[in-house]
Amino acid sequence: MSTARKEKVSGEGLIIAGRVFNSRLIIGTGKYRSYEEMRAAHTASGAEMVTVAVRRVPLDRSTESFLDHLDPALQILPNTAGCYSSEDAVRTARLAREALQTDLIKLEVIGDQTTLFPDNEQTLEAARILVKEGFVVLPYFNDDLIMAKKLMDIGCAAIMPLAAPIGSGLGVQNPANLRIMREQLPEATIIVDAGVGTASDAAIAMELGADGVLMNTAIAEAEDPAKMGTAMKLAIQAGRLAYVAGRMPKRLYASASSPLTGVIK
Amino acid sequence: MRIYVNGDAREFSSPLSLADLIAQLDLPPARIAVELNRGVVRRSDWSNTELRDDDQIEIVHFVGGGS
Repeated sequence: MSTARKEKVSGEGLIIAGRVFNSRLIIGTGKYRSYEEMRAAHTASGAEMVTVAVRRVPLDRSTESFLDHLDPALQILPNTAGCYSSEDAVRTARLAREALQTDLIKLEVIGDQTTLFPDNEQTLEAARILVKEGFVVLPYFNDDLIMAKKLMDIGCAAIMPLAAPIGSGLGVQNPANLRIMREQLPEATIIVDAGVGTASDAAIAMELGADGVLMNTAIAEAEDPAKMGTAMKLAIQAGRLAYVAGRMPKRLYASASSPLTGVIK
Repeated sequence: MRIYVNGDAREFSSPLSLADLIAQLDLPPARIAVELNRGVVRRSDWSNTELRDDDQIEIVHFVGGGS
């Protein structure tokens, strides 16, 4: 058994800054066709934590609180989605903490509108400030080991490498990077964030040793989000079990499973 | 006096506290957060924060989102 895996198989549940979540799935709250559909998907997925975005309150019409549509048992993880600078992300995080009284923050600093790829430099700068201010920082970043190490050194509670562009549904594009990250950072809590499209994508992320997966569009844009929620729950459990079980080595040629002797002539 | 709220210039009569502003805008005070000139003002300080001409206010809430 690899040392990386040995480190992780002893504990159960997803641990973020000492908090234990039984579900390794974190899901978003955007893009659903109705609140009802969102709630059904949340319940089916078994997720215990959901992300929400921070936006200006509309002043020209009365608005209900979006949070009232969420199961009160869910842990809310505010994000800094839509921020393109460290400064805006830090301001957004501070506002979220004031409104929700939570120190959890999913840090995102985007660098480009077409790909929504993260700006790693700005992300690092924002993470440094937020960790100093006592936030539990979960940064979204490119699947890069060196960036992962820097984020860990700063004191991020978990690191969230992307699988593929946000909302693309392409699945894990660079499994080698995730595997290397897992093996080189056995102590890190790694949550694959963004790009998962269907259940097998989530299972692959978990088989590579991720501690959890965060997704939104894969569930929200499914024809039946509740069924996809269930599929993702099972995929993450299956992928995790396969990782803990330790897969067989890949071979180029066949290796007979039945005895080679005693075959009738 | 003129106060900028979420980027829009609006006229208010002074004196005006942040708590007064929230009330006049008819916003539900739960689960919103407020910034005055780029710094968060804690809820407990809304009533003793007097606003001045050209103050920049951001008032935010939560919406559905993922990444």
